[in-house]
Amino acid sequence: MNAAPAVIAQGLTKKFGAFTAVDHLDLSIAKGEVAGFIGPNGAGKSTTIRLLCGLLRPTSGSASVAGYDIVRQPDIVRLHIGYMSQKFSLYGDLTVHENLRFFAGIYQVPRKQIPERIAFAVSMAGLEGREGALVRTLAGGWKQRLALGCAILHRPPVLFLDEPTSGVEPEARRRFWDLIHTLAADGVTVLVSTHYMDEAEYCNRIALIDAGKLIAIGSPGELRRHDLGGQLFELECPTLGATLAATRQAPGVIEAAIFADKLHVLLRAGTSGEALLAYLAAQGMEAGPIRAIVPSLEDVFVQLVSRRQEASP
Amino acid sequence: MNLRRILAIAYKETLQVWRDPRSLAIALLMPLMQMVLLGYGISLDIKHVPLCIYDQENSQTSREMVQDFTASGWFRTTAILNSDHGVRAAMDDGTCIGALVIPVSFSRVLAQTGQAEVQAIFDGTDANTTNIASGYAQGVIAQTAATFASRWDAQHGVRPPTAGSIGLQSRVWFNETLDSRNFIIPGVVAIILALVGAQLTSLTVAREWERGTMEQLISTPVTSTELMIGKLSPYFVIGLLDAAFCLLAAAFWFEVPFRGSVFTLILTTALFGVVVMGIGYLLSVRIHNQLGASQIALMVTMLPIAMLSGYTFPLDQMPASIRAISLLVYARYYVTILRDEFLKGSSLTEMASSVAALLLYAVAVLWLAARAFRKRLD
Repeated sequence: MNAAPAVIAQGLTKKFGAFTAVDHLDLSIAKGEVAGFIGPNGAGKSTTIRLLCGLLRPTSGSASVAGYDIVRQPDIVRLHIGYMSQKFSLYGDLTVHENLRFFAGIYQVPRKQIPERIAFAVSMAGLEGREGALVRTLAGGWKQRLALGCAILHRPPVLFLDEPTSGVEPEARRRFWDLIHTLAADGVTVLVSTHYMDEAEYCNRIALIDAGKLIAIGSPGELRRHDLGGQLFELECPTLGATLAATRQAPGVIEAAIFADKLHVLLRAGTSGEALLAYLAAQGMEAGPIRAIVPSLEDVFVQLVSRRQEASP
Repeated sequence: MNLRRILAIAYKETLQVWRDPRSLAIALLMPLMQMVLLGYGISLDIKHVPLCIYDQENSQTSREMVQDFTASGWFRTTAILNSDHGVRAAMDDGTCIGALVIPVSFSRVLAQTGQAEVQAIFDGTDANTTNIASGYAQGVIAQTAATFASRWDAQHGVRPPTAGSIGLQSRVWFNETLDSRNFIIPGVVAIILALVGAQLTSLTVAREWERGTMEQLISTPVTSTELMIGKLSPYFVIGLLDAAFCLLAAAFWFEVPFRGSVFTLILTTALFGVVVMGIGYLLSVRIHNQLGASQIALMVTMLPIAMLSGYTFPLDQMPASIRAISLLVYARYYVTILRDEFLKGSSLTEMASSVAALLLYAVAVLWLAARAFRKRLD
């Protein structure tokens, strides 16, 4: 039994010249977990994953994957991981079967097991009967599932998926997450990055990353219960922009942001929703109704990011 | 090193070349085109030199001489002149670059003394052509003189004290017909291999960077040496096939005499193939886009090889400093080897220095190429 975490990072830092892409990241992901890296584009999610795969050398700090040091033993790390890069990176001029055959050879899958593993990957990707199709002719969702199939041919204990669902239609995204959970059920540790907030709900644990820093980590439930420092309200109003500007000036408002066709407003304890409506009415704004809501992960994320920005202007 | 990974890469690379029209064209069409273009297009021989005739005598003997000139194939009569200034005019307007002037007393003097003079005038603006053409003229005159001398023998029964048959007996070794094709074609083969080999392999790593497949590949346990061997081996086979095609064309189509051993030829060609492919691969590893890599491969192979491999311009005619630079041009060793192999039939030991230089190059290039590729993105 191996109770040690599958992925550990300590003070992991990567600088590109003056730009710090990953800033003293500490992380510990247990075996069999589905861990999500959530953050806006450019937050450092891809760089972190590339560091953990041994594709980039950290500027400082250390990390280990499946018990092997990413700087000292990158080749052993590579034997134990599967990686799916953000950009689709299978060979478009090779067929489905040829791609799988190639990666089976590269990963030294025992010869006798190759047909079975390839058959599994093909059925997982839903590509039965299309083994002979050139990969560049496949639609996005199939390509992604095939890439996942290639990345798990050698049954790696740790899987890194860098925005695997970007540009994939919702139905296919759903199927993809089902696959990830099937793998995790078999004990595979999956580290997946995404900028879709709704996908965070599929993860056992979420790491919120912004500007290279880990700003929160926990299960979706834990993060939602995160103390925002007040009560969150949802406000309906016809003119979002003007109301937002006025709301931000109102007494007792910690933060306000547009969510779809409504405003989410965080009010300091003791300030009521009615008081805000009264203030807005006094400003000549038509707004309401207002009601208290349970914060979504996105609310938590927005709040945490803005709080951090205020702390370090 | 793991053989399965090498094979997986080699097989994948073969499929990709097979499905890539650009690579396929370079592999199959370029040698054919180049062979025709360079084999036929470049010739240091001059044939059908435009010649004017100013025959002041116009006797049977003088006409015989003119006949010999045109029958030789080296010259072609473009004008019959009847004055000295006509010669000047014909050269000025480019009607001819040479003029044969037969004096009015030609046959009379020849009949009396057994020797006579004719004058050949050449336009010296193109010194090289003039040299060659005047050499041809001497050859034709010597031949004519021999005919006259034997006729004198028949008529007089004794050889003249100063026989017209005294010609310069120059014998040329290895390229007896002095056909520059025999000298050039082996060089052409070397140039084609250098070009095709570097072009093909210059695309191979750059293509993976360009299409984003490299990121996936370097996340796998494959080592840089495995990648190099796996990627180069299919191109090596293609290169050897191209070489076989070019060498067979040289021997059977262009009829360059082959006097060496086939084994030595294959061995040295394979060695050159490794150098050429290794250089293309090295460039490909360094330059992450296909167009850039192939352009640079073209530049570093084509120009130095055309100028400094000795394939058209003889290296021993160059200043010492340029000759020193040419020592770096790996193709010169193969050009030398091919010429020695074809025309002299030299053995490996006789060509030891060239073979050793190629071997050194091969080892150095492969070592650098294997090291140059880092399995990292930064």
